[in-house]
Amino acid sequence: MLGLSEILFYFFGGMAVVSAVAMITRENPVASALWLIMTFFSLAAIYTLLGAYFIGIIQILVYAGAIMVLFLFVIMLLNLGNEYEPDIRGKTWLAMGAGSGLVLLGLLARMFSGETAPLGRQAGPRALANHVADVGVVNVIGLPLYRDYMVSLQATAILLLIACIGAVVLAKRKF
Amino acid sequence: MTLDFARQSAYFWALLPEIVLATWTMLVLVVDVFRSSDHPEESRAPVAWMSLAGLVVAGAANAYLLSMREAAPTGMIAVDSFRVFTNFILLLAAGLAICLSFGYLQRRHIDRGEFYVLVLFATVGMMLMAGSRDLILMFIALEVMSVAIYVLVGYHRQDPRSSEASLKYFLLGAFSSGFFLYGIALLFGATGSTHLPTIGTMLGDGVGTASPVALAGMALVLVGLGFKVAAVPFHVWTPDAYDGAPTPVTALMATGVKAAAFAAFIRVFAVGLGGVREDWAPVVWVLAALTMVAANLVALTQGSVKRMLAYSSIAHAGYLLVALLSANQAGAAAFLFYLLVYTVMTAGAFGIVIANSQGDHERVSLEDYAGFGWQQPLLGAAFGLFLLSLAGFPLTGGFLGKLYIIRSALESDNVPLAVVLVLASLISYFYYLRVIVVMYMRPAASANSHDQAGLAVPGRAAIAVAAVAVLALFFAASPVMRAAESSVASLFPAAPALFGMTP
Repeated sequence: MLGLSEILFYFFGGMAVVSAVAMITRENPVASALWLIMTFFSLAAIYTLLGAYFIGIIQILVYAGAIMVLFLFVIMLLNLGNEYEPDIRGKTWLAMGAGSGLVLLGLLARMFSGETAPLGRQAGPRALANHVADVGVVNVIGLPLYRDYMVSLQATAILLLIACIGAVVLAKRKF
Repeated sequence: MTLDFARQSAYFWALLPEIVLATWTMLVLVVDVFRSSDHPEESRAPVAWMSLAGLVVAGAANAYLLSMREAAPTGMIAVDSFRVFTNFILLLAAGLAICLSFGYLQRRHIDRGEFYVLVLFATVGMMLMAGSRDLILMFIALEVMSVAIYVLVGYHRQDPRSSEASLKYFLLGAFSSGFFLYGIALLFGATGSTHLPTIGTMLGDGVGTASPVALAGMALVLVGLGFKVAAVPFHVWTPDAYDGAPTPVTALMATGVKAAAFAAFIRVFAVGLGGVREDWAPVVWVLAALTMVAANLVALTQGSVKRMLAYSSIAHAGYLLVALLSANQAGAAAFLFYLLVYTVMTAGAFGIVIANSQGDHERVSLEDYAGFGWQQPLLGAAFGLFLLSLAGFPLTGGFLGKLYIIRSALESDNVPLAVVLVLASLISYFYYLRVIVVMYMRPAASANSHDQAGLAVPGRAAIAVAAVAVLALFFAASPVMRAAESSVASLFPAAPALFGMTP
């Protein structure tokens, strides 16, 4: 007998797969983008079901929110919705895509076989679950980010400022 | 003061030069915004002077760093005199680039305050990159530096060559950043850390020495850094990017960017991965030999002086790799010394290229220098000096630098590479001397064809400083060499166990 969360998991899992396939097979970029949003939402639901509430919320805020708006903006600005280019990539790309997919599956299988504890530190799904139980969902990301990697975080802030200045400098209409 | 990185406040002191420079840069940005809304067409000289002052203040903060010691090498940023030394080189490179851009930007109608802001931010990135002891911070600092430089390369938007150079550099740079990041991820997978001393300990203990994941990680990190230092075969972007960029930016790329990437190189490979030297040394050996030979051969065929200098900077990356390979402290000290010499002589040479430009014309072809030496005696003499130093002629700092590198290579029984270095330098004499020959022995197009050549006062001062430094680094080299040696000693606290003693 399936529990409620399992039913929900299969529902959203199936939805994620279906919308991902739909996303890469649509010819219309706008339709593709909408299917991509669907994928993001399904993934967010799965994260939430797994107990990773924080990542689930971030997934919606950042991906489905900010990044997708950018995508749609670009599509509309470039007016891509009207004419369709045939796929110019050859058979080699197909082989490479299939190859990298297989490698990914292999890595996933290895990960769950449980025999590959990374060196040096306790890690892996079980260690992660224990850690989450210890410090909470948000702290798993927040503590390292704002404590161990504080300097990197500040440097990232400078990086964003530079990107803003650079974009203005390069895009200003008149010097 | 002893810094204990278990407490966050230690980072404030450890990062003092970078914090000072970043804050000052934001101040420059705000000041410039207020000025430009009032007088959009006014010269940006005050902003440039303010930027120079910021570099000086950051230099003072950097000197203050000498009084600090770290309790243990656990921080993300290193607090040692090697960092202080490289920081001074980077600040010097940025200062020379800013001095040289006085007047040049106005001539090309790109005189905007953001130029200086981006130069300063790029310098912050360089300093963080050269001092970082953690691969994550090193990656972000690399991006801080690179993003600013991408924009600076394409700063002259109306010039298609500038935009093309920027796009090429950006695409290839983003690609190489991907390699670097993937390498970091693999090294993390193999050792469980991004902290360089920890990685070194894990690999040195044999935990991940032979593991293919660690090897692949090292290879990818090597690709990423090799791209930034422009080592053959990762150099293809260099001539186009250097050629299309505004020349002060080219000077900064050839000096500061390269110095920062090399300092990171030494921190990652010689120090962090020093325990597994036999795994990466053969690859770097091949890179060094290839870089020296190929770059010098291609430089022979260049008709543009700017492109020739671009290839020359690639060749110099090869010489520096030789110093890095010499597995002894003398090698690392020779590396620092040569980095300093290289910075001043390259910045000086590009300064003369700037001086020879007129209006919107860059005038970089070899014929444009005909008669330059007679009509502009001071600038011509300085150019001759820089070119001779680049070639490694006696009585210049370049000669002594190469001598130190060759000595360190011989001491570490690396005779073949030393031979390659000497032969490559011999080839380089041809194309450096050719410019001098054209400058003095070929008649100018007209009696006043170089009348407009010249630099603003700060640019002239920069050339003078560089020329004096090139001479001083020959005649009074021992204090600098001693400083370099003591800096390097701080780099290898556990020396010689960590460094150079692998069988």
